[in-house]
Amino acid sequence: MQKQLLLGDEAIAQGAIDAGLSGMYAYPGTPSTEIMEYIQSSGEAKERSIHRQWSANEKTALEAALGMSYTGKRAMAAMKHVGLNVAADPFINSSVTGINGGLIVVSADDPSMHSSQNEQDSRFYGKFALVPVYEPSSQQEAYDMVFDAFDLSEKYRIPVLFRITTRLAHSRAAVRRRLPEPQKPFRLPSDPRQFVLLPAIARKKYKALLSVYESLKYDHRLSKHNVFKDGKNRKTGVITCGIAYNYLVENFPEGGPDFPVLKLTAYPFPKDLISDLTGRCEEVLVLEEGYPIIEEGLRGILDNSLKIIGRLDGALPRDGELNPSIVGKAVGIRSEPLYKIPEVVRSRPPSFCNGCGHSDTFLAVMEALKPYKSNGVFSDIGCYTLAALPPYNIINSCVDMGASVTMAIGAADGGLHPSVAVIGDSTFTHSGMTGLLDAVIKNSHVTIIISDNSTTGMTGGQKSHATGRLEKICEGLGVEREHIRTIIPLRKNHEENVRIMKEEFDYRGVSVVISSRECIQTASRRRKSESSERKIQ
Amino acid sequence: MNRSMRNDIILSGVGGQGILSIATIISLAAVENNLYLKQSEVHGMSQRGGDVQSHLRLSSKPVSSDLIPYGKADLIISVEPMESLRYLPWLSKAGWLVTNSTPFININDYPPVEEILKEIRKIRNHKIIDADEIAKTAGSSRSGNMVILGAASHHIDIPFKSLETAVEKFFAKKGTDITDVNIKALRAGREA
Repeated sequence: MQKQLLLGDEAIAQGAIDAGLSGMYAYPGTPSTEIMEYIQSSGEAKERSIHRQWSANEKTALEAALGMSYTGKRAMAAMKHVGLNVAADPFINSSVTGINGGLIVVSADDPSMHSSQNEQDSRFYGKFALVPVYEPSSQQEAYDMVFDAFDLSEKYRIPVLFRITTRLAHSRAAVRRRLPEPQKPFRLPSDPRQFVLLPAIARKKYKALLSVYESLKYDHRLSKHNVFKDGKNRKTGVITCGIAYNYLVENFPEGGPDFPVLKLTAYPFPKDLISDLTGRCEEVLVLEEGYPIIEEGLRGILDNSLKIIGRLDGALPRDGELNPSIVGKAVGIRSEPLYKIPEVVRSRPPSFCNGCGHSDTFLAVMEALKPYKSNGVFSDIGCYTLAALPPYNIINSCVDMGASVTMAIGAADGGLHPSVAVIGDSTFTHSGMTGLLDAVIKNSHVTIIISDNSTTGMTGGQKSHATGRLEKICEGLGVEREHIRTIIPLRKNHEENVRIMKEEFDYRGVSVVISSRECIQTASRRRKSESSERKIQ
Repeated sequence: MNRSMRNDIILSGVGGQGILSIATIISLAAVENNLYLKQSEVHGMSQRGGDVQSHLRLSSKPVSSDLIPYGKADLIISVEPMESLRYLPWLSKAGWLVTNSTPFININDYPPVEEILKEIRKIRNHKIIDADEIAKTAGSSRSGNMVILGAASHHIDIPFKSLETAVEKFFAKKGTDITDVNIKALRAGREA
């Protein structure tokens, strides 16, 4: 088949389509978003009627994927690394229930936090759930591994975790495709109690999982992705994980490294190959993107055997992503003098787009808060988090999806007034609604401002579950009708918006202000596509 | 293309200025010439009016790293003057810096443009052009990125004809008027 230029994310998506995927489930999150977007725009996915709608959050996505697997069909759930925290409950338990149709969970990590609040390493979740993990080093591997991952998942009847990092997710290269495989037929689990984790059943299933986890590392669908290449220079052996392999090879353009290298791209890690390497070298350098998981494993608790070089002894930075220059330095490649960034260069942080509705919402919030000598509001994760920067400096929290609502409740309990949360529409339906129910039940003295731009903006404008439903949701959760206020964040409405916010800040009970105006980016894209449709007509 | 080649290119600008379009067009031309390539780009929060960059690596041999090592870029193509300086540690001492002179000012402490240009002129191989002005003359103020690509094309080891074909492919969906104006901008940039 012909080669195609694909992002790492897209290679996984195309691999899944070609491997007979029947359902794709996801919530947008950088750097994972393009997996679902690719499947949504793929003609082949449409022809094959692959389910491909966004879910409310990562937990609902993974659970729906598990349901698709229940029917014997292949399913994939994709999310960013912190999304796997949200989906951790179904993820950990799905390894105990096991699967029916193949199930792959993709978690895209973001070391160096380009667009995230931490740089947690999803490989930990693989060990935590006792499932195999693939960590491709290239777009082609990402594509190919999807086939092995589905096969492995079905053979051992457990979910498989796919771990990628930002650079692979968002880097494009040519990928050679295989002939597409048919989708799996509808076939319910032979054991009707497979998914019933009553303690008596769960104990048995957990014992079975433990023995599967020990045996699967010998399966060739995993083991073939871990390659040991010996070298004549045996002082230092190098273990690379995932994309770190590319950074190593980059430093040896003529003929590759002359020392032993173990390229790891599948876990649980192969003890025999690691022994092959450590047995013939004086010291081992570990190159891994993310946390020093392999390095800590090699050191063990006593840390008294082999000389190990890596992130823990300072040879490599303890945090942040790797790159070819950092890796080059660690293997002793001398760098030439470089141009420096001149002092005249100023930092250019991201900012609200001109005319953004969030900006008008925050200007009203700032003014409405003035009489209270308040030091700011709780907020959440989205474009609106930019209100933490000047000239706004108005938000005091960005912790996890939905936390603004619940932190406001706790702070109100602690005596803060007014206790205000500003949350986006998509974040609200992701994880804010349950917090609002808490507020209603407790009759907390909080004001929740939903900055509704009718899209999931920061990740590029995906459909928001909240659009057109916010008032009904709030009313249904029990917020009093007269304390659900809808405003339009435009400069001409500023005075009125400030007045409405103040009224609700003064109300001793739960109030919601829905500040609603479409994202200017999605609005302009919509107008463009509407005008081109008119032209065609 | 049988001969051996390698171009490591950094593209820089501000979110929304069209550097990913430049990257895509060079990539299309590279594929037509049977070159290997890797192109990494920035998505997500950093796109909101912040600085953006893309690493584009073309080679007659397989490319390993998605990122260019420091000091190894053959070319920086920038659609904004201050942004052209942000990635200097990547530029090889023998490399070229090709940049637009028109600033994109969305921060309060943007330095005087002359100070920026002074720093650019310190780079051994540099070319500064007013891409916005040239684009306007060519017929579309929005084609500044094609002007810059044209100006940088002398330092990309791909036949210019292939770049033109790639521009045509890239804009095909938008109709012949938009395609023509972008081809015109590309050519004007090459001659600038």
